Amino acid sequence: MRAESYGARLLTAADRLLYSAVRHGEAQLSRPPSRGVRGFGVPCERARKAIGSEMALYWQVALRGFRRYATYRAATFAGVFTNTIFGFLRAYVMIALYAGRGSIGGFDLRDTLTYTFVTQGMLMVVYIWNWWEIALTIRSGDIVTDFARPLNYQLYWLAQDVGRATYHAIFRGIPPFVIGAVVFSLRLPAHPWTWLFFLLSMYLAVAVSFAFRFMLNLSAFWLFDYRGIGSIAAAVWTFLSGFAVPIALFPGTLQTVARALPFAAFVNTPVEIFLEKQQGWALLGALAYQLGWALALLAAGRLALSAAERKVVVQGG
Amino acid sequence: MAESAALYLRLVRAQIRAQWQYRASFVLQLFGAFALTFVDFLSVLVIFSHLPYLAGWSLGEVAFLYGTSYIAFQFADLTVGQLDGLGDKVQRGDFDLVLIRPRGTLFQLLASDIALRRLGAMAQAGVVLGFAFSLVNVHWTLGRVLVLLTMPITGFLVFAGVWIIGATTTFWTTRSMELVNSVTYGGQFLTSYPMNVYGAWLRRIFIFAVPLAFVNYFPALYVLDKRDPLGAPDFVRFLAPAVAVALLVVASRIWRFGVRHYRSTGS
Repeated sequence: MRAESYGARLLTAADRLLYSAVRHGEAQLSRPPSRGVRGFGVPCERARKAIGSEMALYWQVALRGFRRYATYRAATFAGVFTNTIFGFLRAYVMIALYAGRGSIGGFDLRDTLTYTFVTQGMLMVVYIWNWWEIALTIRSGDIVTDFARPLNYQLYWLAQDVGRATYHAIFRGIPPFVIGAVVFSLRLPAHPWTWLFFLLSMYLAVAVSFAFRFMLNLSAFWLFDYRGIGSIAAAVWTFLSGFAVPIALFPGTLQTVARALPFAAFVNTPVEIFLEKQQGWALLGALAYQLGWALALLAAGRLALSAAERKVVVQGG
Repeated sequence: MAESAALYLRLVRAQIRAQWQYRASFVLQLFGAFALTFVDFLSVLVIFSHLPYLAGWSLGEVAFLYGTSYIAFQFADLTVGQLDGLGDKVQRGDFDLVLIRPRGTLFQLLASDIALRRLGAMAQAGVVLGFAFSLVNVHWTLGRVLVLLTMPITGFLVFAGVWIIGATTTFWTTRSMELVNSVTYGGQFLTSYPMNVYGAWLRRIFIFAVPLAFVNYFPALYVLDKRDPLGAPDFVRFLAPAVAVALLVVASRIWRFGVRHYRSTGS
C-alpha cells in the first residue's frame, strides 16, 4: 500500500525530500536538531533553490549519509583500533606463510601485506557485516512512510550508502593502512592513474555490496527473523569476497569459481587494482565485471522491491 | 552457591524455551554460526594448500589450536558475551535495576540474554578438532588426557576474565567495548594460530599482559609434545589453570571496583 498521509500531502516535494534527508541524516541519531533544521523553514528555502534537479537531490542525500556517520567520533576511533590490530594479526600469519617463499599465485609478501591492510581498511567501506538499516524500518513499520516519498527508494538508499562509504573510506580506510605502512613494508601504486581506477573500483565495490545488502534487508519482508540468513550471507561474503585470504592464493578451481562470482567484486577486485595486478584491457575487464554485477544485482533488487511493495500491509487507520 | 547455580540453570532453561519459539529462525542462526566458523577454517586450509608447515606447525596441529580456541572462545561468548551491551546499560542508567535486585551484579548480567546460537559455532569447532585428531598422532598419556580435558575450561576462564575486565572499563567510558573487542574477538583469531607466528611485541602483550597465550598455545605444546619455538621453560605448559584462576580473581576484584564507581544517569 502506498499511503499518502495528510501530513505528507501538505508538504511540497522539496520539503519532503529534505524532511527525509533530515530524518535519516540527523533525527535518527537522536541528536538535537542542529541550527536551521527545527521547523524545516530555513533549509527548505535553501533546498528549493539548491535542488534544481534529481541529481542535486541524491547528492544532498549522500551528503547527509556522510555527515550522519561523522557524528560518531569515538566509534570511529575504536573501529580503527580494532581493524588495525586485526590487520597486524593477519599480517603476521601471512609473513609466516611466505617464510622462504618468493611468490604465491603472483603475489609476493609485500603484495599480500598491502592486500591485508587495504582490506582491513575496506571492511567498513563495503560494510560486509551487519548492515540492517532497512530491515529495522521494516520491523518498525517506518518503511511505509519511506515508500510514500516521491523518491526512487533504492536510489535514495544507494545515495545515502555512497555518502556513508565515503566517510568510512576516509576515516576508517586510510588510518589502518597508514599505521600498517609504518610497521610493515607496504606497496603504493606506481602509476598515478591507478589511484583514479582504484577509486572508481571502490565505488563500484560499494554499489555491488549495497545491491546485496539491499536484497538481504528486504528479505525481512518474508522472513520472520533475517539475522539467520544474514549470518550465512556474512560467512559466504567473508570468504568468497577475498576478505579473509586473497583470492590469488586460492587453489585452482576454487579461484576460477571465486573470480566469476559477484562476491570478489566487493573486496578482491579493487585491491588487485590497487596492487596494479591488472593492466590495460584486463583492468577495463575488471571494472566491467564489477559494473556488470552492480547493474544486474541492482536490477534484481528493484524486482525484489516491487514484490515487497505489493506485500506491505499497514495496520490501523 | 548451589542456589545460584540452580537459579542460573533455571534462567537458561527459560531462555532455551523462549528462543525455541522461533524454531526456523533459531535453526538458521545455528546453521549460520556453524557456516561462519567453517569459513574461517577454510582460510587455514587455503594457507596449508601452499605449505606443509606454518612456522613449524602442521595442518593437524594448527587445526588443534583452532578447535580448542573456538570451543573456549564460543563458550565464553555464550556465557559472558552479553557484557558487550553493558555500555548501553550504563549510559541509559539501566544498571540501577541490577543494583536493586538481591543477587550479585555480575550474576544477573550473565544470566540474561544467552545467545544459544553460538552452540552452532561450538559444534563446528568440535568437527575441526575431530579433523585435527585424524591428522595428528598424539601419544596419549594420563597427563595429556588431563590437560586436554582442562583446556576448554581454562581457555574459557581466561577469555571470560579478559572479557569481564574489559567490560568493567565501560563503567567509566560507556563506549570502550569496541576497543575491548580487539582482544576478545581478536583473541579468537590470535589463538587460532601458533603464538610464534606473531611479532615479539605482540607476543609479549599476549603472554604477560593479556594472557591469551594460555588459552591453548602452552597447553597444546604439552598435548602435542612439541618443543616450544619461543623457548619458554617446560613448567609454563602447566600454568594455564593457575593463570585462569588468578585472572578470574583479579577480574572479580576489578568488577567490584567498577560497580562501586558506577554513577547513574541521574535523570
